[in-house]
Parts: sequence; C-alpha cells; structure tokens
Amino acid sequence: MNKSVFLGTLAATTLLAGAALAQGTSTLETVKARGELNCGVNTGLVGFAAPDASGAWQGFDVALCKAVAGAIFGDASKVVYIPTTSSDRFEQLTSGKIDFLIRNTTWTFSRDTDLKMDFVGVNYYDGQGFMVRTDLGVSSAKELNGATICIQTGTTTELNLADYFKANNMTYTAVPIETNAEGEQQYLAGACDAYTTDASGLAATRAAFADPENHVILPEIISKEPLGPAVRHGDSAWGDVIRWTMNALIAAEEFGITSANIDELATSSQNPEVQRLLGTSDNLGAMIGLDPEWAKNAIKAGGNYGEIFAATIGESTPIGLARGLNAQWTQGGLLYTPPFR
Amino acid sequence: MNTSTSTFVRTEMLPQQAPPITESGAVKWLRENLFSSVLNTILTILGIAAVAYLVIHIAPWLSRSVWNANSLSECRQIIAERYGEGVTGACWAVIRERWPQYLFGFYPSHLYWRPVLAFVLLCVAVAPVLFDKLPRKMLWFSLIYPAVGFWLLWGGSVWVPVMALAGFAIGYAAAKIVKPIAGTILATIAAVLAPVLWWLFLAGPAAEALQSILPIALQSVRSREFGGFVLAFTIGFTGIAFSLPLGVMLALGRQSDMFIVNKLSVGFIEFIRGVPLITLLFTASLLLNYFLPPGTDFDIILRVIIMVVLFAAAYIAEVVRGGLAALPRGQYEAADALGLDYWKAQRLIIMPQALKISIPGIVSTFIGLFKDTTLVVFVGLLDPLKGITDAVRASTDWKGIYWEPYIFVGTIFFVFCFAMSRYSMYLEGKLKTDHR
Repeated sequence: MNKSVFLGTLAATTLLAGAALAQGTSTLETVKARGELNCGVNTGLVGFAAPDASGAWQGFDVALCKAVAGAIFGDASKVVYIPTTSSDRFEQLTSGKIDFLIRNTTWTFSRDTDLKMDFVGVNYYDGQGFMVRTDLGVSSAKELNGATICIQTGTTTELNLADYFKANNMTYTAVPIETNAEGEQQYLAGACDAYTTDASGLAATRAAFADPENHVILPEIISKEPLGPAVRHGDSAWGDVIRWTMNALIAAEEFGITSANIDELATSSQNPEVQRLLGTSDNLGAMIGLDPEWAKNAIKAGGNYGEIFAATIGESTPIGLARGLNAQWTQGGLLYTPPFR
Repeated sequence: MNTSTSTFVRTEMLPQQAPPITESGAVKWLRENLFSSVLNTILTILGIAAVAYLVIHIAPWLSRSVWNANSLSECRQIIAERYGEGVTGACWAVIRERWPQYLFGFYPSHLYWRPVLAFVLLCVAVAPVLFDKLPRKMLWFSLIYPAVGFWLLWGGSVWVPVMALAGFAIGYAAAKIVKPIAGTILATIAAVLAPVLWWLFLAGPAAEALQSILPIALQSVRSREFGGFVLAFTIGFTGIAFSLPLGVMLALGRQSDMFIVNKLSVGFIEFIRGVPLITLLFTASLLLNYFLPPGTDFDIILRVIIMVVLFAAAYIAEVVRGGLAALPRGQYEAADALGLDYWKAQRLIIMPQALKISIPGIVSTFIGLFKDTTLVVFVGLLDPLKGITDAVRASTDWKGIYWEPYIFVGTIFFVFCFAMSRYSMYLEGKLKTDHR
C-alpha cells in the first residue's frame, strides 16, 4: 500500500527472521507449532483442487490435505491452501513456503533426485491419452498419423507425445497451447484433430462439452503419470506422516472402514489390524509423533480413499472417472498399502 | 416600346428553396465523411461489413443470455429450452454466482466491508488531488490515507500503521531540531536517518507496547487471501501513487550534472526498461527466496508492489524527461535570473510545465501499469483475469466456460482505464494556457 506496509513488513521480517526456525528442525514440529498446515495445491484443476463459490477448497488432492490436517491436529479445517503454478511449485516447496506439495505432480526420476523432492507415494495413477471428434472416424491412437494435435507447451505430455509418435514411426503437427481452457477452445474450433493431456483431464474436459457424445477418448494411454504428494528431501519423519496418512486412507477402504461406520468399528471391530489402525489397540501414532487416533481423524476428514474418489472424481460426478488402475489391489488395481503393524 | 410588359424582370422574390439533398443533412454528412472518394467508399463498405459481421455473430449469443443457473450444463439446458436445440448463448450465471470472488478473491466474506470502505476512502483521498476546487484541507486525509488503507485491507493492530506514520513526524522533528544547530545539510541527513532508525528498530516494539496498553485491532487478513479486483486495485493504485514521485526524481536525476546521481539514474532506468515485467516479478517471488534467510516471510504482495513501482517509475522518468526536454532553455534561465535555488525552480517553474506536457504519457503509463497487474498470476497471485477465472473454471460446475469471465473482467478494466483517460483529457483542457 505504501511506505508503512513496507516498513511494517520490514520490521516483521526482521523479527521473523530472528525467530525463524533453523533449517533441520522437523517439519512436523514446525507445523504443530504453527497450528496450521500449509498445503501446496493446484491453482485450479477440475476435480482435484478448486475453490467453490464460498472460497472453500474442494477436490481429490485437497482431501489429502484435510486428511493430513486431521491426522496432525484432529481438525481437518486447519489447512492453509496455497495455490501453486506448474512453474513455481518446486520452488515453493524447497523454500519452505509450503509443507508439502499435492498438485498432480508426476513422480519422475529427475524430480525425485535432481530437484531434491521426496515423493512419498502415489495418490492417483494417471496416463496421457487422446481425444478426437467422433466424425473423424478414428478408433485408435495408431491411426493419428499426420494429425494436428493440441498440446500444452513445456509439460511432460509434450515430450511423451514426441516419444510416442517417434516410436510408432508417425508424424504429427503440434498446435501449441498455454492452458487447458485455451486447448478446449482450439480443439472445439477445429484448430486441431486431437487434444492430448492426462486421461483424467480429458475426461473432465469432455464432460464439460455441450456435445460430449460427439467426442471420444481413444483407448491408448501412452505414458505413466503417477501423481503423488512430495515433501522436501531429507525430512523423513515428515515424509512418514504424509505417506502413512495416505496409506491409512487406502487401508481404510480395504478394511471397509468408512466415515459412516468408523466410530462403530473403532469400538467393536475384532480385526486386529483395524484396531491398530484406529488406535483402539497399540499406539502406532506415537511412532510418528501423532495422537493414537491419528488415522481415525484422517479418515473422518473426508472418508476413506474410495469415498474421496467417489465424491470428487468418481463415476457419479460429472467427471466420471472409473477406478481403473486406482482400484484396490484386490480389485485389480494398483492400490496396495503395506501392513499397519 | 412597352417596358411595363417586360417578362424578364421578376417583381417578387422567389421563396427560399431547400438546399439540394446532397448538400444538407445526413446525406451531406455521409458524402463528406464516408463516401468522399472511391477509396473512402471502399473503406466504408469494408468497415460496415466488419461491424455487421461482428454484430451478426455476437448479438444473438448475447441476446440469449442466462443469468439464473447453478452450472454451465444448467445454462445450456435453459438455452436449449428457450431457444431450441443447437444454439449457443451467454451464461452470465457464472458471474452472478462468483462475482464476490472476482471482486475480493478469497478475502473473508464477513470482512468484505473493509475493502469496500477502503475503496470509498480512496476516492475521498484521491478527489482533492484530482480536482483543485475541493478544499485543500482534504489533502491531509490524502496524506494519511496509505496508513488507513493498509490497516483496513490487512487489519492487525492499528499501532503498526500509526507508528509507521510517526516516522514521518520524527523525521520532520529531527530536521527542525538539527537545522538551527548544525545547518541545512546535516538537518537533511537527520531527517532521513532518524525515521529509518525508528522504523527499523523502534517502531515494531513501540507498536507492540502500545497494543498491549490500548489494544485496537482489526482481524488480520493474510496477503494470500487477497485476489480479484481487490488485488488489482491494491497493486495498481499503490503503484500509481508511488511511481510518479519516484519517476520524477529519476527524471531529474538523469538530467542532473552530478556524476554519480546521473549515472545511477541512467543505469536504473535503462536496466528496468530493458527487462520484461514478468522477469522482475519472478525475481521478486522466487529468486529473492534464495537470498533472504530461511523462514523469512517477506510479503508477496509487497514484493510485487515494489517491482511494479520500480518498473513504472522507469517509464515515468522517461516520459517526464520528454516533458523537461520540451521546455525552452529560457524557462531555466528565467528561474535562475529570479534567484531561485534548484528545488524552488523545479517546484515553481520547471515541473508544472514539464508535467503538463507529459500528462498523456504519464496517464498512458498508469493505464499500462493498471492492466499489467494481471501479470501477477505468474507468481501465483489470483489476479481477476486469469487467476480467478482459472479457479472458477476448475470447479465441475463451470468447467468449459470461456468468454463470459473475460468479457466481465475486461469491462471492469475498461471502465477504470477509460475514466483515467477521460480525466487526463479534462486535465489537459483545464491546464491549457496557450492560445493556439
């Protein structure tokens, strides 16, 4: 606003810098002391993270923020959502502005090692797909030779596309676009034959069209995009909190613990693993510096993994994603949590 | 010869006839302005065709507007029911549902009165600056407005802005005390040094002490909760208010004979003008983190404002330099001849004329600055044009909406930019002293 802001902030900065916790302190302690969890989310991605009309954040990624806050504080509302862009998300994490990043971030080798992130798991298995108009008469991505394709620049999808066409000895013309909304417009205006991005994004985009029946998502998934939460390198205790909170949500679905029956199961369940998970017997929470009821509170925040999936991106929502790879291992999916013991 | 029967002389006046149709009214105007030559006729027809094309394509879409719906699909359903299948229409329901977010971002909804009050007071504070017919005493309010505005927007203890303002009083007092003892130069140094020391070391504890004695505070609102037009206005108006004085100083610095002042000004202006604003914003938001001690919480909006002020000041400096260059040498010499010192000459003779010449350029820079506030989206702030719009589009209800938010935000920007432009024309007319 003026000089007073500057000076006020300068003064505050000096004070904060003096009081700042030295690096190396566990993030868990910092978060507990602060009383709030700084959660780095997407600035807006349908189904995964978006503010509603009242400004409250909702979505699949947001639900994990709430679960972690529930595990730490027993109160899912103690989260500050910090929107991050694809260009500044890692900087926000390394500079400590956010405690952990849950922003549809693909777990890759270089990000895990070179960028000094620790990915603590995968909360959504995605992959890149193609959408075309039905009247194009194409039923497989292999038939896209010579097509013009709308593609977001500077993303892994751009590189995947190049790899895929090269591997299949096909050519394409790229129509570079900046954002998903722009891509939709270009595609609808006929500037490109096909639109490519993550399959979850394609499903959401197609669902929002006025005429979804005239568009088809091709069956080929051309890349692996394991999306998951990331924390700073070298803070394993904090990484454990995030990893096991996520595992608790997955395990809850496996054991049939839902937000509806959790209180009942906590007292009546005879399954020893359920008892350990919900803190009825043993004290697993103490091992990661949390309350005995940490997992119970995390699950209460938004339900188990399956409930969160169904409420935010599942088949009953306009996005209508099937569980696919994101089903439990017992259902032919990839969700498999190590035992709570 | 019978002259009385001459049929060649009219005895009564003919009634005045209307001018030929091609020389009057609309036809004349059309002929002169639109069809005066072959080229003009072609251009006119092309122009009309272009306008007609736009109207034909946009008007039906606009005329099929829907204001009451809860989602885009509901909008489409209503349009299909009313106007038949297969037509498109504008879905303004998204604005109706989300306008608080466009205006206030994530500012807590029960505190909306604070930015609104801050805006009203801003108008009060700016009015005496813009219109000299208003009582000059109102300028005192304009001077303290920055502290008032800051307190209303960010909240917190009232003593923080009060203590910051006190710094100016301390500077003034220091100058008054030192001047009779040690002379003008030391007084100037004291006037700068005393407030800086106050702000750095004493203002914070003093504000805390006063707060514990007399707690007056508003609920504090964090910068990341700012968004939409509150953010655009905060950055835009602060940028405008601070870039003008800084720009004038830089312009004078560039004209100065003092080597260091001159070279520093030139270096600053050329560097800032040579770098895109986005680079500066990225520097502010990301690069700075590596230099500050870890855990430092240097407000992101403040950083952006500083960069925007520096950026606009460099442009203002060049605009004002143009005004200075346009003044005849005689004006400077006249000021010298009257025995005015440098600052008096600048204040009374040079600047009033130079700034008058520079008005269009300055206002253009301000309009540019105001619109550039939308670039803050790249550093993760929620600007109204893209930040909020993307957030709105990310809800399942409104995914797929494209033009309506842009039109809405564009209209609001237009209203303010057009007002600025009109004011500058009014000011030019008012200050016009030549008789051309």
